[in-house]
Amino acid sequence: MAAAVSNLRGESRYRYRKFKSDAMMAITVGATILTLIPLFLVLGYLLTKGVASLNWAFFTHMPAPVGEHGGGMANAIVGTLEVVGIACLIGVPIGVGAGLYLAANRASQFTNWVRFSADVLMGVPSIVVGIFAYAVVVRPFGGFSTLAGSVALAAIMIPLVTRTTEEMVLLVPPELREASLALGVPHWRTTLSVVARTALSGITTGVILAVARVSGETAPLLFTAFGNRFWSTSLFHPINTLTVQVYTYAISPFADWQRQAWAGALVLTGIILALELGVRWVTGGAAKAPR
Amino acid sequence: MGDGRGGEGAKVVMAEKLVVKNLNAYFNQNRALHDVSLSFEQARIAAIIGPSGCGKSTLVRCLNRMHEVVPGATASGEVLLDGNDIYADDVDPVQVRRRIGMVFQKPTPFPTMSIEDNVAAGLTLNGVEISRAERDQLIERSLRQAALWEEVKDRLRRPGGSLSGGQQQRLCVARALAVQPEVLLMDEPCSALDPISTARIEELLLELKSAYTIVIVTHNMQQAARCSDMTAFMYTGELVEYGETKQIFTNPTKRETEDYITGRFG
Repeated sequence: MAAAVSNLRGESRYRYRKFKSDAMMAITVGATILTLIPLFLVLGYLLTKGVASLNWAFFTHMPAPVGEHGGGMANAIVGTLEVVGIACLIGVPIGVGAGLYLAANRASQFTNWVRFSADVLMGVPSIVVGIFAYAVVVRPFGGFSTLAGSVALAAIMIPLVTRTTEEMVLLVPPELREASLALGVPHWRTTLSVVARTALSGITTGVILAVARVSGETAPLLFTAFGNRFWSTSLFHPINTLTVQVYTYAISPFADWQRQAWAGALVLTGIILALELGVRWVTGGAAKAPR
Repeated sequence: MGDGRGGEGAKVVMAEKLVVKNLNAYFNQNRALHDVSLSFEQARIAAIIGPSGCGKSTLVRCLNRMHEVVPGATASGEVLLDGNDIYADDVDPVQVRRRIGMVFQKPTPFPTMSIEDNVAAGLTLNGVEISRAERDQLIERSLRQAALWEEVKDRLRRPGGSLSGGQQQRLCVARALAVQPEVLLMDEPCSALDPISTARIEELLLELKSAYTIVIVTHNMQQAARCSDMTAFMYTGELVEYGETKQIFTNPTKRETEDYITGRFG
């Protein structure tokens, strides 16, 4: 009899716990849906507005003069690729190198300062980075240029890449390093061919995410790469980019330009999405965001 | 397993391959080894036993200058390989490690490399140029020596990490042997393995014995008794006793050794 009673009590307690669990589950599912709604609204709206405005001319034609209908963003698409590409050439070697250094010299005071600076730099508003590039490139060179835009974007990439590289290298088990050293492989070769090689997919992920991040930057380009309605691939002249072009068109009073701004936003989102998918491909489906 | 003790009655004076003299090792200010002196002979297996933290791993890591790889770790004293001190000023630790190979506690195949690339890693990472045929030969010979060839010969291009734990450890042995070292140090090579894999490694040791000087650190006294010729017992950083395995296990001269072996502590 006593056993049956305690059993019943246990059952009601179990039911209460089950209820609590279900309630928590409902709350978290609700929060997830709330998070996803804006994402799908933005993407959906962008798609409906953008696809309608997207045509072949958008990819192949130059911006039309004011008042004329049609035209495209060919120069801005190429410009974005060029500015981001050169930013990578500057930022990736520096970032990866610094990350390897930080991982190899954990204990020194200098390392702590470098790591702290990288963390602070990551929090600097991108418009401030634009001002930095203005001061160190635009002013000395006497004008807006592709190079200035790339330097600004590289300055955003470097701390991101540095910290991801460091984290990824630290994930490599120290035993692998020892195993390589015990084979009589010199220290530098071990760091490069075993440690960095093992961390490579993680480092690549970090680099691609940093590229995705800077591809969408507008503020640091406003007074560095500036924008250009004409075709230019020169390093030392202003260049058009998708973000700046979208910005200019979106705030314009012309319906046709606003239409093209939607198309530009869609293309840009497509490029970034492709990069993120690239990350998944590199990491074999298990993309890990840096930090 | 047979009688692995070997050297029964054969009291021939063996060539001393590796001689340790007054070796002291430190981690920053902490002294991990106190004036250790002993010698390891060619074609014999020496086991180092003792409770955790007694310095057995530190001792073998000093033997190929892997100890100093840890930040703050230093060593003093002499370790003579064929009569030459590996701690002399003009000696490059990288060269020492090519002559004195090492296998670690955890199997550590390089995850980015295939089975065959793992075996050849010691050469490729050192930039040694060899022909395709020589390379294939080296891979097969090393894998055969490590008793792994039959199991992996059809999947040499698969990742090293795809093997089982015991196979991975034998792959690490093959990788160490491919560099053609003279001495093989093993730091608890079986502690992460199941009994069957352990038996394979022990058989392997006995097969390799004739061509190498082998030093094995082990937690497992049965293992030391089964496969070594000489046994060193260490306690709190000191070498308590070193002698023929049979004598250490049946008639130890020191009280601590007897207590440890009979399971009274450790």
